[in-house]
Amino acid sequence: MADQEAATAAATGEQRILDAFAAARAQGRAALMPYMMGGFPDQATATVIARAYSESGADLIELGVPYSDPLADGPVIHAAGTTALAAGATLESALETCAAVSGDVPVVLMAYANMLLAVGPERFASDAAAAGAAGVIVPDLPIDEAGEIGEALIGAGLALVPLLAPSTPPERRAEICSRGQGFVYVVSTAGTTGERDELPGGLAELVRAAQGDAAVPVAVGFGIGTPEQAASVGEVADGVIIGSRLVRAVSDAPDAEAAAAAVSEFLRATGDALKG
Amino acid sequence: MAAEATPVQERFGPYGGRFVPEVLMSVLDELSAAWSQARVDDAFQGELTRLLRDYVGRPTPLWAAERLSERVGRRVYLKREDLAHTGAHKINNAVGQALLAKRMGKQRVIAETGAGQHGVATATACALMGLECAVYMGSEDTRRQRPNVDRMKLLGAEVVPVEAGARTLKEAVSAAIRDWVASSATTHYVIGSAVGPAPYPALVRDLQRVIGDEARSQALEAEGNLPKRVIACVGGGSNAIGTFTAFLDDPVELIGVEAAGEGLDSGRHGASLAAGATGVLHGAFSAVLADEQGQILEAHSVSAGLDYPGVGPEHAHLRDSGRATYVAVTDVDALHAFRELCRLEGIVPALEPSHAIAWLLENPGKGDGFDILTLSGRGDKDLDEALAKLDELDG
Ligand SMILES: Cc1ncc(COP(=O)(O)O)c(C=O)c1O
Repeated sequence: MADQEAATAAATGEQRILDAFAAARAQGRAALMPYMMGGFPDQATATVIARAYSESGADLIELGVPYSDPLADGPVIHAAGTTALAAGATLESALETCAAVSGDVPVVLMAYANMLLAVGPERFASDAAAAGAAGVIVPDLPIDEAGEIGEALIGAGLALVPLLAPSTPPERRAEICSRGQGFVYVVSTAGTTGERDELPGGLAELVRAAQGDAAVPVAVGFGIGTPEQAASVGEVADGVIIGSRLVRAVSDAPDAEAAAAAVSEFLRATGDALKG
Repeated sequence: MAAEATPVQERFGPYGGRFVPEVLMSVLDELSAAWSQARVDDAFQGELTRLLRDYVGRPTPLWAAERLSERVGRRVYLKREDLAHTGAHKINNAVGQALLAKRMGKQRVIAETGAGQHGVATATACALMGLECAVYMGSEDTRRQRPNVDRMKLLGAEVVPVEAGARTLKEAVSAAIRDWVASSATTHYVIGSAVGPAPYPALVRDLQRVIGDEARSQALEAEGNLPKRVIACVGGGSNAIGTFTAFLDDPVELIGVEAAGEGLDSGRHGASLAAGATGVLHGAFSAVLADEQGQILEAHSVSAGLDYPGVGPEHAHLRDSGRATYVAVTDVDALHAFRELCRLEGIVPALEPSHAIAWLLENPGKGDGFDILTLSGRGDKDLDEALAKLDELDG
């Protein structure tokens, strides 16, 4: 037991992410990765939500660091970020939430490029690593611009998770996948984050192609809002990311307890659906 | 004979690049390739030249502003972009990009607008070319630039009010980019200034450089000489870069005038070059107004077109290299200059170039020679706002 703990502490962020996917795979299902907005609607509730995720079947947690100008996000997550910032959220407060659960479940931060550049990629990386983060997703940092930021993250033992879009041409897809650390994040549709009634037809082919190109698992996010959609994506993908649906549940709840109950119920149902 | 197609510039020193969601990378590549071809294609250039001449009304005059010259003590020429169709330089870019959209087979066009001039210009170009058009505009700007909202609707465009943040230009750009993330297969985004991810800063510069090219040859004809100083206001920086480009290799001082709003020390201004940080906004690495955590700050200016917390990356590079100098002028000084130019020259300037006029009034050139100032647009759109503010100031 003690040995195992020591091994966990020593493992790189990337290894912890890979282990989480492998554990889900061993149970014959896709990994479940809920997204939450740091500091939303306030710091105390956000930490309660993170614990609820961790206790309700999350294999990994994606933790958004609130940003003023989130170009990849739709209205629900954008509004949540705005609320969190107004309530005083900072990078430090988001990292406190990360630290509260990162011993139980790998946490992947989602932060926009300007936040990393402003505090300095090295400092961002070392602070994130100190809070136990396993990796970072930077939704406005295509591989072509990753240079300095990528090096800083790798240097701190964190995975830089690249994104792949339906519009990405095959050669570029192979290039992105070959650089994938931890996992490759496939954006299901051309669009911003948000629930969708239907997921696009070519998604399964895109995921299979990415799996062919990548040495790491392939997870799908953007648009997944029901356990059924999660299950259908989980038939091909190695992981399923659910964002706006859960953030909306937190928005709609009257208090932290109700918010935690709502997200837990949704995650349990989704976990069951993924087991098939 | 057609020139060889060359790649479109993506970086300006360390600035520029593409900090955008992966979904947009392929459409930006497509746009870059299309512009690289179109700008050396004789048929495209011929059509663009015809439109600029017969539709936009180019060349615009270079006006020897005598009473203004007397007032400042050195000859001043105004490059009259206010006389271009729709009343500002924005039409040069809008017509060019709409033509490019057609060439790329895109039937729908989106744009953002602050002052409404770029929205009107884009709506106009789309009406001319039979393209569908939607314009994103912050709801604070739909209020203070009401006449331009009506104009866009009359021209057949849909105006989409944006309620996020301070409800001004920054949020309008973000909303347009979010639309484009989902629609880029069929839609072209006509960005309104020399900002955004590559290739936009170079594309907009290439389409606006007609301002400086004309002014340079008009000046040589009128004076047999180059100007001492070239002055332009800087919001995102399109009229300024369009003016400066022709003079980059000349021994001419280049001065960009930003909005100091309520004063650079007040924190309420739009001077990203004079008083900002470096960082990423709307897809480019450039000068930005941001706090120490990287959160983008709200800009402030009495002029909607300068009310933006970022600026084109080429300006950041020209600043660092020392080739151009960037200064800032307050709301109050710009308002006074607005009235002053009306009375000196019988020209109602937009509030944006009123900032450049104000700087010139405060910093008259010494010695002989002459200056050129780009009068980027006319002030009809600003009358209500400017007159109300001037009344307050007059007490
Ligand atoms: C008349 C006029 N001048 C200047 C600007 C500022 O833009 P830019 O710096 O791109 O020229 C605007 C923008 O709306 C404008 O309408």
